[in-house]
Amino acid sequence: MGRFWSILFLMVLVGGLGTFAVAPVINHWLPKDVSEHGRAIDGLFYFILGLTGVVFIATEGVMFWFLWKYNSDSHSEPVKFTHGSHSLEIVWTIIPAATLLFIAIYQMNAWAAAKMRKPEIPPTLEVTAHQFGWSIRYPGTDGELGTKDDIYLENELHVPVDEEVLLELKSADVLHSFFLPNFRVKQDAVPGMKIPVWFRPKAEGKYDIVCAELCGWGHYKMKGQILVQSRRDFDLWLSQKFAEQSAVKGPAAAGASEE
Amino acid sequence: MSSITIGSQAPAHGHEHGHDQAHAHTASFLSTYVFSKDHKVIGIQFLFSTLLWFLVGGLLALAVRWQLAWPWSDVPLFGRLYAAEGGQMAPEAYTMLVTMHASVMIFLVIIPILAGAFGNFLIPLMIGADDMAFPTLNMLSYWFMWPAFFFFGASFFVEGGGAAAGWTSYPTLSSNPPAAPGSMSGQTLWLLGLTFVGISSMMGSVNYMTTIIQMRAPGMSMFRLPLTIWAMFITAVLQAFALPVLTAAGFMQLMDRELGTGFFTPEGSIINNTISTAGGGSPLLWQHLFWFYSHPAVYIMILPAMGMVSDIIACFARKPIFGYKPMVYSIAGIAGLGFIVWGHHMFVSGMNPILGATFMVATMMIALPSAIKTFNWLGTIWGGKVQFTTPMLFALAFVSMFIIGGLSGIFMAATPVDIFIHDTYFIVAHFHYVLFAGTAMGVWGAIYFWYPKMFGRMMNEFWGKVHFFLTFVFLNGTFFPMHVLGAVGFPRRLADPYHYETFRHLQPMNQFMTLCAIGMVASQIIFVVNFFYSMFFGPIAGRNPWRANGLEWTAPSPPGHGNFDFQPIVYRGPYEYGSPETTEDFYPQTQPPPDNAPPAPPGGHH
Ligand SMILES: [Cu+2]
Ligand SMILES: [Cu+2]
Repeated sequence: MGRFWSILFLMVLVGGLGTFAVAPVINHWLPKDVSEHGRAIDGLFYFILGLTGVVFIATEGVMFWFLWKYNSDSHSEPVKFTHGSHSLEIVWTIIPAATLLFIAIYQMNAWAAAKMRKPEIPPTLEVTAHQFGWSIRYPGTDGELGTKDDIYLENELHVPVDEEVLLELKSADVLHSFFLPNFRVKQDAVPGMKIPVWFRPKAEGKYDIVCAELCGWGHYKMKGQILVQSRRDFDLWLSQKFAEQSAVKGPAAAGASEE
Repeated sequence: MSSITIGSQAPAHGHEHGHDQAHAHTASFLSTYVFSKDHKVIGIQFLFSTLLWFLVGGLLALAVRWQLAWPWSDVPLFGRLYAAEGGQMAPEAYTMLVTMHASVMIFLVIIPILAGAFGNFLIPLMIGADDMAFPTLNMLSYWFMWPAFFFFGASFFVEGGGAAAGWTSYPTLSSNPPAAPGSMSGQTLWLLGLTFVGISSMMGSVNYMTTIIQMRAPGMSMFRLPLTIWAMFITAVLQAFALPVLTAAGFMQLMDRELGTGFFTPEGSIINNTISTAGGGSPLLWQHLFWFYSHPAVYIMILPAMGMVSDIIACFARKPIFGYKPMVYSIAGIAGLGFIVWGHHMFVSGMNPILGATFMVATMMIALPSAIKTFNWLGTIWGGKVQFTTPMLFALAFVSMFIIGGLSGIFMAATPVDIFIHDTYFIVAHFHYVLFAGTAMGVWGAIYFWYPKMFGRMMNEFWGKVHFFLTFVFLNGTFFPMHVLGAVGFPRRLADPYHYETFRHLQPMNQFMTLCAIGMVASQIIFVVNFFYSMFFGPIAGRNPWRANGLEWTAPSPPGHGNFDFQPIVYRGPYEYGSPETTEDFYPQTQPPPDNAPPAPPGGHH
């Protein structure tokens, strides 16, 4: 039976590697990356996958081999009466410590690019998460957010391709999380805070906006869409929206300003 | 001591003699089996209660899995609870299920089964004491779980249902009753339940620390303690330091809810059309306080299992544990670093990213002691004579699965990768590999290993192995694909993820996982039958059925009141398997060395 159980533990290794080999083939894998900094994040993912993969193969492999070799059915030599090895302990402390420290330092740059080095541009738009949707606001013709000519949208976000996008993320009620799987962007929206989020789209298309922080019963349906367009299409769309909006609420807005 | 004497004399004054026998019988039954102060009875009480809640938590998980596989279809069994929706699960019920599954498993199963059941049963036996230092406190630590059982249980039946803001109960969703149905009375009951779990744990940990420091048998120095005891000791220290913060945070949230204090609510929130009057607080404050406890709690939920697994592996490899002291230092290292990594749960929370970077470095380094422990377990198997008994299989599974859970942790410790995988199934995969495939495997190993000591009879080995095989296969079928789902970005806690373009194609994989989960829960029937059948019909175990070294194996099975029928004196550590000093392949801690003068008479026992 020792052989049987050893092989069962070998199956962890085989099954684990097999799953990760098949997953990309059947498209159960990282969704298409359409942002500039996504490349760094994916690169780091693959780097850690490779590294942990090697450790996984080594440790699970060694475990299988020891179980196979030293099982009491077949192994008749007396046990090695040892309490450990000082030099081995040092080796397997220092090597992982150095590796972990290397990963820690190696990733700093990607982290800084994603969350620290905020681009020096005026915000492209503002996103306010609420139960259960995304209120989106673009600056109107004056190019400034928070003025009367702002353009309002719900669950529909447009950005120009190949340009840095800076958005301000807010929440009206509870925690939400602004998740763009294809852009490798995720940021919690926190009531009382205005958090900057930036990315640079590199492919036109239509992608999902997902809420990734439990926000109540309707959390699952808090879905939005992000459209990456050429600068020309984007401008066209924005001016259309502007025209639509001022046609509808123009008189009302004018009335309000008279008060 | 004196206070106990006074306490036990007090009723005698007020009591008339000549009460009928029946009353005396009831009283002795109650004091022996119900309000017992014997650590073994208390341990077994914890074991039964937590196993029962384990079943509840498992069924809650199945209901979650059902919804993920076949969203909005009629739920079997649970369907009757949703008669109003025609048997379908309502989305708010789904969020309640994920919340309560996690809360039950963490607060009513894992924490109390490790510290409460095994800590109680094993500590005095393994250190050679006749009981805990404070038996009454010990009894109270069990009975203070009952209000928690009641509050958690009752919360399912109040208006709005049980808590539904996640087991992390992040404000403002949790702290504002209008935010969600579960944030009405359900959340209040959840907070009260949590408080009582905390009180119980605190009483336990004070007791464990004192007992381990004060009541060790003669010769049992700290470095002759089994790793189980080291793990229990350090876990108790973790509990004692981390718990007050959670308790305080819980009270703050209660006050936010009941008195409108606004610790966690900022100005100007409009929640479900209700303007929150409070202000001046921050939702991030809760996250800091909560994770200051709950990250160490991750280790509270695994260190004792690591300790027990170490003992089981050494016993069935018939070989000393490899690197005993590095193992001890690793446990201590995990505990120490465990206090400065909580921010890794908050990388995308809006916390200062520079602070995130420092938490990242600490988090990377905490992988190190875990790696050292894994290498030492492998070193223990190396050159041994491995006996594939049921407890050994579970212990080996712990190591094999912990490797997976440990390695996946490195992905999320890397902050940029965490941006993508945070709150996805990658995280769900990670903590189920640590807590289910890890801790639960360790717990099963421990049950099969110490069952003969608890009940005096052996569990059936054949059915034990069948139980192991099915659980092991199904658990990997359930949890391993979660890594891949996480790589797609598949988010947690969504009642219906398939209306997103990005995740639509993942439904068949989820159906496969759900079938495995059903198989996994069904396999536990074998365990339950084996557990109860063996209690009455299993072969008599004798004192030391596994030929193990620990002190507990020199006591009768089951040990009577006071544990030992002799005064144990300890001559060596617990892992001297295969020592050349003796002809047997084990060397009990109490066996005098061959050419030693007869030991001094046991007079100095505390
Ligand atoms: Cu949301
Ligand atoms: Cu943590």
